[in-house]
Amino acid sequence: MQAEQTDAVWLDAQHEYSIAELVRCSGLSEAELRELVDYGALVPKDPQGAQWTFSADIVVSAQAAGRLRADLELDAQALALALTFIRRIRELEAQIDELRAQLPHRFR
Amino acid sequence: MKYKDYYQILGIERDADTDAVKKAYRKLAHKYHPDVSKDPAGEEKFKEIADAYQTLKDPEKRAAYDQLGRHSPGQEFQPPPDWGQQFGGAPFSAEDIDLADLFAGLAGGRRGAARQGGKFQMPGQDYEVTAHITLDDALRGTTVDLNLTVPEYDDSGRLHRVERSFKARIPIGATDGQRLRLRGKGGKGFNGGPDGDLYLNIALHPHALYRVSGHDLYLDLPLTPWEAALGAEVEVPTPRGSVQLKVPPGTHAGQKLRLAKRGLPKPREGEGDLFAIVQIVVPTVLSERERTLFKELSDASTFNPRGHFEREMKHASRAN
Repeated sequence: MQAEQTDAVWLDAQHEYSIAELVRCSGLSEAELRELVDYGALVPKDPQGAQWTFSADIVVSAQAAGRLRADLELDAQALALALTFIRRIRELEAQIDELRAQLPHRFR
Repeated sequence: MKYKDYYQILGIERDADTDAVKKAYRKLAHKYHPDVSKDPAGEEKFKEIADAYQTLKDPEKRAAYDQLGRHSPGQEFQPPPDWGQQFGGAPFSAEDIDLADLFAGLAGGRRGAARQGGKFQMPGQDYEVTAHITLDDALRGTTVDLNLTVPEYDDSGRLHRVERSFKARIPIGATDGQRLRLRGKGGKGFNGGPDGDLYLNIALHPHALYRVSGHDLYLDLPLTPWEAALGAEVEVPTPRGSVQLKVPPGTHAGQKLRLAKRGLPKPREGEGDLFAIVQIVVPTVLSERERTLFKELSDASTFNPRGHFEREMKHASRAN
């Protein structure tokens, strides 16, 4: 049987997600997502706009928020704080990776 | 179906109250939750913990679980004949589902509620898998074979675990840690609900020469002391063929020499850079002639790389 072939789409800043799509892929309600935006944990592309859109790389954060809400029963404020910490950890990990990539092989 | 001891998984007694169940779950979840833990086995472990909690926190499901009797973990078993009817579960065939599927099918569960509502639509579940690719795949784009075993309801409403395989085209521009979405390739939607999505995490295999950071590549460039001092033109490998690199005179160890656009291609346009990191390497065994020349250089040179040590030490002794 010939396996079906599918094209994968990057989750990066070039794609936009509506709040409805973010609801769909994170499992959070629109009210919860709006609360996370209010706390600054998720930032829409145009916060002043009538219809919020989000850069697709936010999907990763929104999904983490959805899992943490469902699995650990966190409220929006705790979620916002956890997301801020997770983002900070990801940034530090990226910095460590970059510095590690610069170390000669024998020092790694 | 294989038995799992949910009480043992949560580390609690069989008569533990709901509060103790919750406490035990939270403690383990903080340790193994995939968004918190870096433990590679954490995800699998967390799934077990979460399945145990989903069942034991709900008095009805817990009673149903207790009715299954006690078996050793991993032992094959069958639920008692009238078990499904007694607890209002979905029809199932016990051979090809696991314990968590069984409880997800019970009334009060997500699927159970959807089933009883008749017209109630449920989107399919999203799944996440890691695709391991090589640096070469990232350069040229590639196709990966994906095999998933997912729970699905057949036309008669029976729950099965089914194998799904398909190929996913990964476009040029992939690098370590990137994520892709395959729309509609997750779990099947229920009652006309949309199918779930599949998320791919890209993991690059380590390369013998290049180290990856984003779309930039790093390469060790060993130079002789005379190449570093006098400057040189050296041949440097890059993923798209070797290039001649001009090393300026007076290059020192640790210096990054940038080869613009010689890194990994980015998703839509542009490329990362390749950085050659200079290492100054001396021969461990010197020929007679080399020894003589180094000795001559040593006698003739007034270069002192430790001048700042002396200045600092003088400064410190004045301060004392």
